[in-house]
Amino acid sequence: MTDRWQRFKKSALFHDFKGDKVAIVSFATLVLLFICAFSAPLIAPYNPYDSANIDIMSSEIPPVWMAGGTNDYLLGTDAQGRDLLSTMIYGMRISIIIGICAVALQAVIGIIIGLIAGYYGGKLDGFFMRLADVQLSFSYLMVAIFVSAVLQAAVGVGRFAEIAVPFLIIVIGLAQWPQYARTVRASVLAEKKKEYVEAARVTGFGAHRIMWRHILPNCMSPILVLSTIQVANAVMSEAALSFLGLGMPVTRPSLGSLINAGFEYIFSGSWWITAFPGVLLVILVLAVNLLGDFLRDALNPKLYKG
Amino acid sequence: MSEAPLLAVEHLVKYFPVRSGLFGKQRERVHAVDDISFTLGENETLGLVGESGCGKSTAGRTLLRLIEPTSGEVRFKGKNIFALPPGEGRRQRREMQIIFQDPFGSLNPRLTVERIVEEPLLTHKIGDRTERRERVADALSTVGLLPEHMTRFPHEFSGGQRQRIMIARALILRPKLIVADEPVSALDVSVQAQVLNLLNRLRREFGFACILISHDLGVIRYISHHVAVMYLGQIVESAPVAALYATPLHPYTRSLLSAVPIPDPRKKRQRIILTGDVPSPIHPPSGCRFHPRCPERMDICDKEDPAMRLEAEGHRVMCHLYTTGPVWAPDLPTPPNT
Repeated sequence: MTDRWQRFKKSALFHDFKGDKVAIVSFATLVLLFICAFSAPLIAPYNPYDSANIDIMSSEIPPVWMAGGTNDYLLGTDAQGRDLLSTMIYGMRISIIIGICAVALQAVIGIIIGLIAGYYGGKLDGFFMRLADVQLSFSYLMVAIFVSAVLQAAVGVGRFAEIAVPFLIIVIGLAQWPQYARTVRASVLAEKKKEYVEAARVTGFGAHRIMWRHILPNCMSPILVLSTIQVANAVMSEAALSFLGLGMPVTRPSLGSLINAGFEYIFSGSWWITAFPGVLLVILVLAVNLLGDFLRDALNPKLYKG
Repeated sequence: MSEAPLLAVEHLVKYFPVRSGLFGKQRERVHAVDDISFTLGENETLGLVGESGCGKSTAGRTLLRLIEPTSGEVRFKGKNIFALPPGEGRRQRREMQIIFQDPFGSLNPRLTVERIVEEPLLTHKIGDRTERRERVADALSTVGLLPEHMTRFPHEFSGGQRQRIMIARALILRPKLIVADEPVSALDVSVQAQVLNLLNRLRREFGFACILISHDLGVIRYISHHVAVMYLGQIVESAPVAALYATPLHPYTRSLLSAVPIPDPRKKRQRIILTGDVPSPIHPPSGCRFHPRCPERMDICDKEDPAMRLEAEGHRVMCHLYTTGPVWAPDLPTPPNT
């Protein structure tokens, strides 16, 4: 373990990272946001899921620095009287969980299909890649609207709120797997030609072991870069679906449903309910994307910086 | 022939289909290896030489079943390797290994040297952890690398060192046959000799047969016992190394030998300059495949296929210039039903 750490400290990636201020800032921001999100019960001033804390009388209180704001609610409260800061922290946790799980699902499906298509080639390759084309030509919004309508009719709106998280993960995960499959397939095709793969075949390894132990580790750089971009995309997709009312319910809001919930109150003057979650979402997605940009440049051997 | 040779290749043929047209219909095929036969005894080194594209690498890879042949037989220790049951096929892979040309592509860049050399042992489930480690260290030291190199990655080594790692990897299963596909052509001349000497020393030490594929006649001469010259998928001449270099029979062999650079600018010699390019292996010339470029072309050459004739002990040639020797054919096993 310490050996690995030592090696990482000497690696070119770490060297590039130290010299890139944007990467350091976005990495630090992300770490901070993740710590906040996952220690939400410890650091959030209130528990927004606990109806005992919610008082409808204290709804739409403005942030502390505005007239009418109180020290109890730093960023004000939403339409239901929940502390906005606490709700945002909890909401960010849901957004991040959905984003990461959806990307994990995409990655599992996409990597398996990409490896098989690239390694075996031929008809199998043709079949999976056409399947990917078909999948990409469906808008994920269309699929989500359709599936959620069917699901809500089938299990009822109340039960739907409980299965909203896995539903969003599956919809976003299924919609985007072709990105992974294509990326993995392209790198497998490049790696497959190299002689170390033939050397492994001569020693008598089976196709499985060659694919997973020899080819896949050499395809990790593009997968890593793609993953960061996909996490940002998935968080955005989740926010979009929730904003359209197809995602997380108002009782367990994600950042997207918070933005949506506040949208109705913008013209009554309570702009903060929409604005603060929106800013947090932008910061989160921007940090992930900037880190992804850095990784893409740092892991691309063709781009050397001075 | 007293006993069965280690390796007998008989009428090995490999055609690659060329797909063209709208529906990928197979119209033509590349005659990569077109009916080659040879034998190799234990501990012998056979040099396979020819221009690029003549099928020497395809032949080597087919022997290791990296490529399935179109037809023909390869018998290793008397058994046809293409007809082995899967379990036995795996076991047999232990005895045949390959060394590749490009020392930068043939080692997995994500694995340490220890893992790279250990992998063959893992596949065949040999030894426990400590025993494997010992064998890896052993193999590395026989190729002249140090134990501390074990934890390093391939990109930390030079080309010659990488080729040594490749050799250690090929040797660790104690194979009976190693196919060396242009093992030194990617290396500096100064390092080439080191690696060749190492191969030769190890061959004597451990006792394995070697098929050395190269386009460099100097390299072949240095360590081979027997040489086979390939042209457009066929072996056109095959002889013990001394005989081939002293009295080359085939016009193609002669022109190849005359092209070997001699490091003496004052030495006068006769060059045989070939005209034209190697014809396409999709449409090989009729008759003798060498006739469009042959300086000693006769009328018969583009009409009739020349026969392979044995002109001296162990020296066979496929050319219409030679008509006296007996026609050579690989001794096929008698089919069981006759």
